[in-house]
Amino acid sequence: MKIEVFGPGCPKCVNTEKAIKAVLAELKLSAEVVKITDISAIVDRGVMFTPAVIIDGKKVCEGKVPTPEMIKGWLK
Amino acid sequence: MSERAKLFLMAAVFLVFYYAPFPHPRVQSAILEAFWMLQDYAQRHVLFCLVPAFFIAGGISVFVSQASVMKYFGPKADKLLSYGVASVSGTILAVCSCTVLPLYAGISRRGAGIGPAVAFLYSGPAINVLAIILTGRVLGLEMGLARAFGAVAFSIVIGLAMASIFRHEGSVPDDSMFAAKDDTVRPLWKEVLYFFSMVCVLVFAAWGRPEQPVGFFDAVYRIHWWLAGAALLALLWMLSAWFTKDELVSWKDSTWGFAKQIFPLLLAGVFAAGLLMGRPGLDNGLIPNRWVALLVGGNSLWANLFASVAGALMYFATLTEIPILQGLMGSGMGKGPALALLLAGPALSLPSMIVLNKVMGTRKLLAYVGLVVFMSTLAGMIYGALF
Repeated sequence: MKIEVFGPGCPKCVNTEKAIKAVLAELKLSAEVVKITDISAIVDRGVMFTPAVIIDGKKVCEGKVPTPEMIKGWLK
Repeated sequence: MSERAKLFLMAAVFLVFYYAPFPHPRVQSAILEAFWMLQDYAQRHVLFCLVPAFFIAGGISVFVSQASVMKYFGPKADKLLSYGVASVSGTILAVCSCTVLPLYAGISRRGAGIGPAVAFLYSGPAINVLAIILTGRVLGLEMGLARAFGAVAFSIVIGLAMASIFRHEGSVPDDSMFAAKDDTVRPLWKEVLYFFSMVCVLVFAAWGRPEQPVGFFDAVYRIHWWLAGAALLALLWMLSAWFTKDELVSWKDSTWGFAKQIFPLLLAGVFAAGLLMGRPGLDNGLIPNRWVALLVGGNSLWANLFASVAGALMYFATLTEIPILQGLMGSGMGKGPALALLLAGPALSLPSMIVLNKVMGTRKLLAYVGLVVFMSTLAGMIYGALF
């Protein structure tokens, strides 16, 4: 599974990445977590509201920090 | 922060305290001024201005659908509408520059083009609700209105100018990124009433005693607590009748988020303003009033230009420009240069220019900075001549 986190490096984006890694550790899942900070790359992927999360090519969250419950929902 | 940076920081703090000339009367009075200034904010602006404003900003970020605004920035959107919406969307969309930049890049390259994108880029930080409310409260209604009006007008003019300078730039329109997502859950009039009641609480609770006890303002002042209370009751009723528990929790969370993000920095800004300039009307800060008056006093071209350039380069954390300006104006800064600084300050800073340079390129950045500085200087001159 490939999880991409989009954001130019503000606290919200950092928290999003942390939250995802915490849930992965809690559920003992392994996934590739990639952080994309380049604005051109972010826009090229069709993201305008950061932080955003794309899992295996599907956009699951845009414009807010996800809660652990939301992340668990995506990982199922 | 790396270990080396921590060491340097510690050494710097040590050296400051080692060499600080505390016996000097100006240093002593400046330190006391900083605390007076904090007390002034704590007593006059926190409970009835900042706290309601945080709730309003939190409500906007949760209940106003950001996606529904995006349809006005698509490649096929009506240009007039794009500019209009961009110039006021700062109130809805932006709080920090990291949200603004991806939106700017998206609108510029995939949507309505560079004009509306620049209008949005400028209006984002310049016209956020918190800043306008606190400006009106601390620096006077006149300045608050001038700031709001100036920011809206600037974003349109600067956007149009950028669009005509760079009209040959290509873009790859992608309509799908701007598709309207309809996720409204309650009718518009309910949302309008909800925000209106919050604004009423803020306005009436903060209603100042007029200088002469006559007329409309005095009549309102006599009953302002009743009016604020009534608005608050109406708000509470709406919250229980129209909103779900989850919505209220996310409202509370985002309000708390704003408070955590902004309040400590604002207090630091108030403290710094008190230390450097002293309370308005007194010459007790570290910087003597005559220096301020020399640089930005009166309403000369030089004073306005200096204020614009300084504002464009300086970094102000959200809202801290207000206590700093209050201090500067109290030390003799003219009203024109003050407005120039308000219009150039929050939209630009040296750090944001470095990031913008990567996103928009040097030529566009220079044009944008030049336009902001020129327009701010001009607006300062006009405002200073009128008031």
